Amino acid sequence: MATDHELRLRERLTRLRSLNLLGGARVSGELEKLQRQLERIQAAPTDEEIWRSVELARHQDRPYTLDYVERLFDDWVELHGDRGRADDHAVVIGLGRFDGRTLALVGNQKGRDIKERTDRNFGMAYPEGYRKAMRLMELADLHKFPLVSLIDIPGAYPGVAAEQHGQGGAIARSQALMSRLEVPIVCCVIGEGGSGGAIATAVADRVLMQEHAIYTVISPEGCAAILWRDAAEAKKAAAAFKPDALHCLELGVIDGIVPEPEGGAHTHPDEAARLLGESLRESLEELESIAPDDLKRRRRAKFRSLGVYA
Amino acid sequence: MSSRIDVSIEHRNVPEPPGKHPNTCPSCSSHYRDDELEAALWVCPHCGHHFTMRARARIASLTDDGSFVEEAAELRSEDPLDFFDLRPYTERLAEAEMKTGLGEAILIGQGMIDGNAAELAVMDFAFMGGSMGSVVGEKFSRACDSAAQRGVPLVSVTASGGARMQEGILSLMQLPKTVCAVEDLHDAGQPLISVMSHPTTAGVLASFASLGDVIVAEPGALLAFTGPRVVQQTTREKLPDDFGLAEQNLRFGHVDAIVARPELKAYVARLLRLFSRNGD
Repeated sequence: MATDHELRLRERLTRLRSLNLLGGARVSGELEKLQRQLERIQAAPTDEEIWRSVELARHQDRPYTLDYVERLFDDWVELHGDRGRADDHAVVIGLGRFDGRTLALVGNQKGRDIKERTDRNFGMAYPEGYRKAMRLMELADLHKFPLVSLIDIPGAYPGVAAEQHGQGGAIARSQALMSRLEVPIVCCVIGEGGSGGAIATAVADRVLMQEHAIYTVISPEGCAAILWRDAAEAKKAAAAFKPDALHCLELGVIDGIVPEPEGGAHTHPDEAARLLGESLRESLEELESIAPDDLKRRRRAKFRSLGVYA
Repeated sequence: MSSRIDVSIEHRNVPEPPGKHPNTCPSCSSHYRDDELEAALWVCPHCGHHFTMRARARIASLTDDGSFVEEAAELRSEDPLDFFDLRPYTERLAEAEMKTGLGEAILIGQGMIDGNAAELAVMDFAFMGGSMGSVVGEKFSRACDSAAQRGVPLVSVTASGGARMQEGILSLMQLPKTVCAVEDLHDAGQPLISVMSHPTTAGVLASFASLGDVIVAEPGALLAFTGPRVVQQTTREKLPDDFGLAEQNLRFGHVDAIVARPELKAYVARLLRLFSRNGD
């Protein structure tokens, strides 16, 4: 029996097929991807499947930003520091060659072993991390490099110093800066898209999500602790607020889903990187044909259209 | 038949531990009648503690008599996720509307502040903790557009626990949505005067509230991305006494001024005059 999800995905497919191709727009890749997704997802994700995505998104062997950088970029030069106070290791920035062009990249970075995890603060950025990201965004805008942002953060760091250094303001200003950039921006959630910490670097022309990534307003544990008054109810919370890629696509929050190898990105990082690279390439080519001023206008219009109300 | 009724579920859903009477000052324990507090703009006459102020009272205290015209009052939240925690979201919304007499956690509209035309966007903490979902984001954005169209500044007064969990990821999207709206307002040459009242936290602090061209805080207001309880639980750090409060934010350079409520209208009016093109 066809579920709502399947129907909606089919409807989207039909709409895409009947679209007149705008100048330079490449819908065919999107079509193909949706078709593949439809074949794979013949039913709505069950609560169990949603929770499995939560687990896969947090899997300790899941490829992180630098794993993708290593596989996708030639001539990668990592840059350091926010030019003010510190070099936040939970955020990686740099320049690299991708498909014959120079790209600016910002990504959240978790650690593999205990030592690296501590050094990278478990991927949780301080305000300095967002200022480091903003420094790169300004550089990208000045030199007309397209910007790629990879998101994988449990949440912005909730600590005393982070508050004192202006966590909320840094997240707000990073978004504001992204809404002013006149270069193409592609973002992909590659693991955890944790709330304000994630949206700070996710105001992009194309927002993608890997198949088993999650994108959340609050962690399932945090939501459970507040609404159920019991953090152990995280599974119920996740099922209720639906952080999986398919739901995000349906709500219009993301523009596409990047497939992962069977069993999750960690089972075959090379293949996961190839699939991610394919999606980035497609999105970039599509965006590079749009006038800079138009890009900015459309980006703002897109985010300003998000929400459901009566 | 058992005489005992199992109240465990309801019990777990009690929002806050029973506290003091709302009209009792949490700071000095003085107690007041409604009309006494109203006359004092909900500031404790004894110790100066600022009680949270409802949106309509706030608008009355900031705008010239009879000048406020509400906009987009008809907007209501939907339930895009069919969200159900211990109770359905739709039920919580209906209850909030009954309790507060407001359609949502924000009121927007045009008004005069000491003779200066402005647009206002004022939040109400009593409506689901002032949480920002699709409607709050949309109304704030419309306030930006209305200000831009009429060529007047926008004055926002925030009181919010952050993004509304019941609308999931769409609530998170209200951060970039309101940020983009402020950027459009700035492109139209108009400022945002952001007044942060208690509490301005999480998603609202991490979006439009922090983008004020001038940021004014109320005394003692909690202005934090993460509140003290969560910071304490997560990090086990020892918190400074003034953790996250307006006073600490002023010291660290995150707000421009702390202004007591009785002086707020005159202070905002001064700013509006300074921002007006011809200085009158």
